[in-house]
Amino acid sequence: MQNEIFELQYAMDTFYFLVSGALVMWMAAGFAMLEAGLVRAKNTTEILTKNVALFAIACTMYLICGYEIMYDGGYFLSGVTTVAQMDDAAVAAILEASNEAGFADMGEYAGASDFFFQVVFVATAMSIVSGAVAERMKLWAFLTFAIVMTGLIYPMEGSWTWNGDSVFGIYALDYSDYAGSGIVHLAGAAAALAGVLLLGPRKGKYGADGSVHPIPGANLPLATLGTFILWMGWFGFNGGSTLKLGGIGVANEVANVFLNTNAAAAGGLIGALIVARILFGKADLSMVLNGALAGLVAITADPASPGPLMSTIVGLVGGVIVVFSILFFDKIKIDDPVGALSVHGTVGIFGVMVVCVTGGASVGGQLVGLLTIFVWVFVTSLITWFIIKAIMGIRVSEEEEYEGVDLAECGMEAYPEFVSQN
Amino acid sequence: MKMINAIIKPFKLDDVREALSEIGVQGITVTEVKGFGRQKGHTELYRGAEYVVDFLPKLKVEVVVKDSALEQTIETISKAANTGKIGDGKIFVSTIEEAIRIRTGETGDDAI
Repeated sequence: MQNEIFELQYAMDTFYFLVSGALVMWMAAGFAMLEAGLVRAKNTTEILTKNVALFAIACTMYLICGYEIMYDGGYFLSGVTTVAQMDDAAVAAILEASNEAGFADMGEYAGASDFFFQVVFVATAMSIVSGAVAERMKLWAFLTFAIVMTGLIYPMEGSWTWNGDSVFGIYALDYSDYAGSGIVHLAGAAAALAGVLLLGPRKGKYGADGSVHPIPGANLPLATLGTFILWMGWFGFNGGSTLKLGGIGVANEVANVFLNTNAAAAGGLIGALIVARILFGKADLSMVLNGALAGLVAITADPASPGPLMSTIVGLVGGVIVVFSILFFDKIKIDDPVGALSVHGTVGIFGVMVVCVTGGASVGGQLVGLLTIFVWVFVTSLITWFIIKAIMGIRVSEEEEYEGVDLAECGMEAYPEFVSQN
Repeated sequence: MKMINAIIKPFKLDDVREALSEIGVQGITVTEVKGFGRQKGHTELYRGAEYVVDFLPKLKVEVVVKDSALEQTIETISKAANTGKIGDGKIFVSTIEEAIRIRTGETGDDAI
């Protein structure tokens, strides 16, 4: 009878990883729609192409070497049990391990589901970069960077944090980050920052006298849809990071994670809404959308420990921070079309540090972890972007930027009209 | 009174607008158009099939000015919209018979 329960537990926890992974995969659609809505019509096809392609590259590179670097899962996933390999002997071995460990432990689950859950996080981290460099980066330069980021840069810092490896054998981290405010979001923002610094702002964004010219997005319905999709996907992002469902304590934790994630998003949205109203006199939808996402990023480092009210407040503070951060980046002439650096970077840092208050993490441990992640990702990204720039260039020409990268890079308009049949 | 129809490259709008307000032109109408002159279009590929895109996005700027301001306005627009590359656009001039301000009923030069 006990074996049957262990089989059920295996199935339930595997199922949970799979469904959570599918939800996080859905976030890729969220990013695509959000970014497509916030760029100009003439640059829409290109950013969509970037988003779908980076997802595919992330999945493939992580399969080839990323998972091995991060979790010793074997190059080309050689460590994952295939269907053929799950024979009676393998099942018996799993049941034996379960019986030995009892129900208190992490428990057994399918290796393939672990990879599936992890790989979608890689894609999320990479996807943060595409928004910040939108409208002026060469498509193939971006995809080349994606190969390096998903195959090496992210897996390395992931191995030091979630896999507990020591950093180049020098020191180990004492760092708490439940679902990745630092590991995923700050990392993505650091890579994006390196790219944006080398890339420069869009033409016409900043005046010589220091004025900031708005470049409005072409499709706010898409941007809103994207935000809601990300919100829903985040239930998998944070919820799945509990890593287990079968058990009263852990199921309760999962429920609270969902609840807190939602509360933080709501708090972030309200925070940004109020700040925008105060600063600009009107609600600014684009800020409000960023606010909801900021709330989500803020709670991601610890969505389990705080109560629902505290989670709302954490989100709210994130939503307030993000508005000021966006204004700040424009002030120092760092052009970020979708606010990615602020949502994922600035608020990512906040999210990591707030665990000292909500989850009892040590300030030193969080700071060292943050700095390790940031320095590693930023420096290696900068070097990578630099090499790519030297080989193929990273910015489109001035003509191409005016014409729109849809035509220049993709040869395909997102909203075509006047097409003559020839 | 003369009507100036200027077809310009879209990213030149701000330059043209600023230049016009500097010489005292107070009102303009802008339309998004597609067109071509001697600037050729290009071929694109969609799911394996080639097609020709002749029409390029441009902006049509319409300004109505007093006869005395015509030369200066034409020169201002020309300079502001010029990039030296093909596709800069064209300016057409026609005569306006009458202009009326709807709010006050003023006519002629007072309405411009």
